[in-house]
Amino acid sequence: MIKFQDVHKAFGTQRVLDGITLDVRDGETLALIGYSGTGKSVMLKHVVGLIEPDTGEVYVDDLPVSTLDRAALTTLRQEIGYVFQAAALFDSMSVADNVALGLRRRHLADDEIQERVHEALALVDLTGRDAAFPAELSGGMRKRVGIARAIALRPRYILYDEPTTGLDPVTSAVIDQLMIRTREHTGATAIVVTHDMRSAYAVGDRIAMLYEGRIRQVGTVEEIQRTEDAVVRQFIEGRPE
Amino acid sequence: MIRAVGRRAVAAVQTVGRFGHFLQDFARAVTDVGTWGRLTVVQMRRVGVDSLPVALFIAAFTGVVLALQASYTFKGTVPLYFVGTLVGKSMMLELGPVLVGLALAGRVGASMAAELGTMKVTEQVDALETLAYNPQSYLVVPRVVAATVMFPLIVGCAISVGLATGWLTSLALLQLSTVDFIKGLKLFYVFKDTWYGLFKSASFGCTIALVGCGVGLGTRGGAEGVGRSTTQAVVYSAVLILVLDAFWAVVIL
Repeated sequence: MIKFQDVHKAFGTQRVLDGITLDVRDGETLALIGYSGTGKSVMLKHVVGLIEPDTGEVYVDDLPVSTLDRAALTTLRQEIGYVFQAAALFDSMSVADNVALGLRRRHLADDEIQERVHEALALVDLTGRDAAFPAELSGGMRKRVGIARAIALRPRYILYDEPTTGLDPVTSAVIDQLMIRTREHTGATAIVVTHDMRSAYAVGDRIAMLYEGRIRQVGTVEEIQRTEDAVVRQFIEGRPE
Repeated sequence: MIRAVGRRAVAAVQTVGRFGHFLQDFARAVTDVGTWGRLTVVQMRRVGVDSLPVALFIAAFTGVVLALQASYTFKGTVPLYFVGTLVGKSMMLELGPVLVGLALAGRVGASMAAELGTMKVTEQVDALETLAYNPQSYLVVPRVVAATVMFPLIVGCAISVGLATGWLTSLALLQLSTVDFIKGLKLFYVFKDTWYGLFKSASFGCTIALVGCGVGLGTRGGAEGVGRSTTQAVVYSAVLILVLDAFWAVVIL
C-alpha cells in the first residue's frame, strides 16, 4: 500500500503540496487528475524518493520513504516501476538495453534478462524493435518502451506520469489498453497521473483530484462522474468557466 | 545594492554547499565498484583516446614555438644548447600539463557537463535512480576515474611530441645538433620534472571531470540550462586548473 500522510512540499516560495493525505490500496489503479502544474508529478516523485517532503511522510509497504538510507531506498525502488512523461529513455542505448538496464541491476542471469526483455517488448507490441535506438522511434513507441522498461522489472507498484500526454487519441487508447493489460498481467498497484479524463475513466478503479495542493475529491469512477463538487465537475467536463 | 550583494553571497555559499554534498555522495559511490568498474573502460576511451589528437596537435606547435623563442632569447648571450633545457623544462613542468589541461577542460569538461545536463533535464538521471542505480556510481565515478588515469597518459604523449618537435625545429631551423639538444635537455633534468608534470595532469583530469559532472548534474531549465552548465564547466575548470597549478608549485617545487 502507498500512503501519503499530510505531505507538504514547497519549491522556494511556491507551495505545491499543502497537506496531501491519500491511500492507494493494494492491487488498485488510482488515476490522479488535476490541472497542469498542480504537483501531480511531484506526488509521484515522493513515492520513489526522488523528492523529499518538507513535512509529512509517504509510506510504501509501511516504510517511510524519506527516512530510508540509500541501501533501503534501492531495495524499495526495485519494487517500483516508473514510467516517465517523456519516457526518459537512455539515448545512447538500444531499446533492448534500455529495457534490460534495470534487470542488470538485479544481477539476473543473461538468459533470464533476454527472456524478460522479449516478454516486456511483446507485451507492448514492440517485438522486433530490440535493436532500434530511441531517436528512431515515434513518441508513442517511446512511451511503450518506457512502459516495457517498467514492467520488465515485474514491480509490485507502477507509477505512470502522464502516459498519454502529447499522443493522438488512437495511440492514447492503445496506451490505456496497455496499462489495463499490464495490470491484468502483473497485478501491480498503480498510480496514473493524467489530465485525460477518457484515460482516467478507462484505467482507474478510483480517481483522485489534486487541487491547490490538496486532494479535492477521491472516489470511484462512478462517484467522480456523479460529483456535485463544482471544481471537480468543471475539470472532468473540461468547461472553461 | 546591499540586497544584491547579499543574494550573490547566499548563492555562492549555496553553490559551495551543493558541491560539498556532491563530493560527499561521490566518496560514498566510490565503494560501488561493481557498477562503475565496467563503465570506466568506455570512459577511458572517450576521455583518453578521443582527446589524444587535440593534445598532440597543441603540444607539437608548442614545441616548435618554444625552441624558436628560446633561440631568439639566448642568441649572443647564452649557449644555444640551452634551447634543449628550456624546451624540456617548460614542456614537462608547465606547458604540457597546463595547455593540454586547458584544452581538455573545453573538450572533456564541456562534453561531460552537456551530456549529464541533458540527461538531467530529460529525466534520464531520475530514471537511473528509479531503476535502483546510484547516478554517482553510474555516471560520475567512471568519468572521474577515467580522467584521472588518462590525463597523465595524454600529457605524457603530449610532452614527448613537444620535445620531438622542439628537437626537429632546433635541427632544421636553428642548426643545433642532436647531441647539443640532448646535452641541454639533460643538463638540469631531475626525475621530479617528469612525475611533477604527470601528477599535476592527474589532478587536472580529476578536477575537470568532477566539475563537469557536478555542474552537469546540477543543470536546471532545459536547453538554456544545458548551455549555461557547459559554459560554467569550462570556466570553472580553467580557473581551477590555474589555481591548482600555482598551488602545486608552492607545495611541491
